[in-house]
Amino acid sequence: MKQLFSLLAGVFLLCGNALSSQEPPDELVKRVTDDVLNIVRADKDIQSGNTSKAIALVEAKVLPHFNFDRMTALAVGKDWRQASPEQKKRLSEEFKTLLVRTYSNALTAYKNQKIVYKPLKMQAGDTDVMVRTEIRQPGQQAVQLDYALETQNSAWKVYDVVVAGISLVTNYRENFAQEVRAGGIDGLIAAISAKNRQIESRNEKK
Amino acid sequence: MKKALVKSVVSLAVAASLSAGAIAADNPKDPAEGFNRAMFAVNEGLDTAIAKPLAKGYDYVAPTPVKAVVGNFFSNIADLMIGVNNLLQGKPGDALNDWGRVLVNTTVGIGGAFDIASEIGLDKNYEDFGQTMGVWGVGEGAYLFWPVIGPRTVRDTAGFVVDAYADPVPYIDDVPVRNSLIALRYIDQRAALLPTDKIIEEGALDKYAYIRDAYLQHRRNAVYDGQPPRELDMPNGKAPVELQSTPGGR
Repeated sequence: MKQLFSLLAGVFLLCGNALSSQEPPDELVKRVTDDVLNIVRADKDIQSGNTSKAIALVEAKVLPHFNFDRMTALAVGKDWRQASPEQKKRLSEEFKTLLVRTYSNALTAYKNQKIVYKPLKMQAGDTDVMVRTEIRQPGQQAVQLDYALETQNSAWKVYDVVVAGISLVTNYRENFAQEVRAGGIDGLIAAISAKNRQIESRNEKK
Repeated sequence: MKKALVKSVVSLAVAASLSAGAIAADNPKDPAEGFNRAMFAVNEGLDTAIAKPLAKGYDYVAPTPVKAVVGNFFSNIADLMIGVNNLLQGKPGDALNDWGRVLVNTTVGIGGAFDIASEIGLDKNYEDFGQTMGVWGVGEGAYLFWPVIGPRTVRDTAGFVVDAYADPVPYIDDVPVRNSLIALRYIDQRAALLPTDKIIEEGALDKYAYIRDAYLQHRRNAVYDGQPPRELDMPNGKAPVELQSTPGGR
């Protein structure tokens, strides 16, 4: 009973928090990262490379804070304009699967390194910010891990993840443009879809 | 066995260069795409047959502390020239930091086996002569893919040659020691990349293009010491209009 009460209190506190003020982007990144990494640290399966388990974790904890339409538009570049709403929807869906898998695979490579959060450079009224973090490990240069966020309907959403200067989103641009040149938007959708199905069927066989 | 390997690598390369010739689009950053794809295929063959199995074996056999010592040892040797490059890039403070690391790690860190410097706040940097030339304003030039050493732009290929001359390890007189160290360093570096193999394998539609574009982005970032100007290629660096949240919409 007491537990139920504290649970309820917690829920009210959360709601109140969401209503009264918007969580700043750097605090959002820190909260989600800490949350996810605490789970990874306690999960031997994810540490030993169980991608499907990592994907479930990412889908539950990280996905709600990503803006996949924006990410897909960035990855596709100027060809995005020529896509119909239906094509955009399918593209976003397939790209989401691809990116979640990439992100989840990266998560399974996590080996208890320390994460350092850099001070946020943000001015009042900014709607687009870069939250900078660093993964530290002895004997090696720290790996930069930056998140680009923009505010949308009172919540900050990540639209790019940049690892060691490599944008996981725009890194696809040249390749996607080539697919569009070869087979149009539908060709690109088919190519991403084929890749997703290929990996899925391989993972199912295991 | 060896002959068969060479044969399969060569035929793979020929096949790749033919197919690449057919699909290669005019990418201004990659004018030598046909050649590069062929070399990429050669490298993939070598990696699958030799480097990756060695790296996996090393990763499996060596306990984590041993790997850390090996990594620290080569990192310490590299810090000397990293400091020189920082000085050449007009960052004397960073150069002092790097040489301070060598001093601390060689003495307190027992010949570079332990990275004590990082623990006392002397952070590890990474600089090479390719980056130094980038800071001086030398353009990247075409993207190239070399067997064994992998991706390098024209500028970074020149940088690599200078780095190789300045590298102390090849100057060691004792030939077996020298060769073992060169091999161990290569395997250690390859082993460090093992976790990224799966990420690239499952994330890339076209592995060659994925690695090329990641390399180019990474090097650009390195030249700017992690603070490159944003380059989103969209009008005002924003996504297409229909996706933007309306100003003041929140």
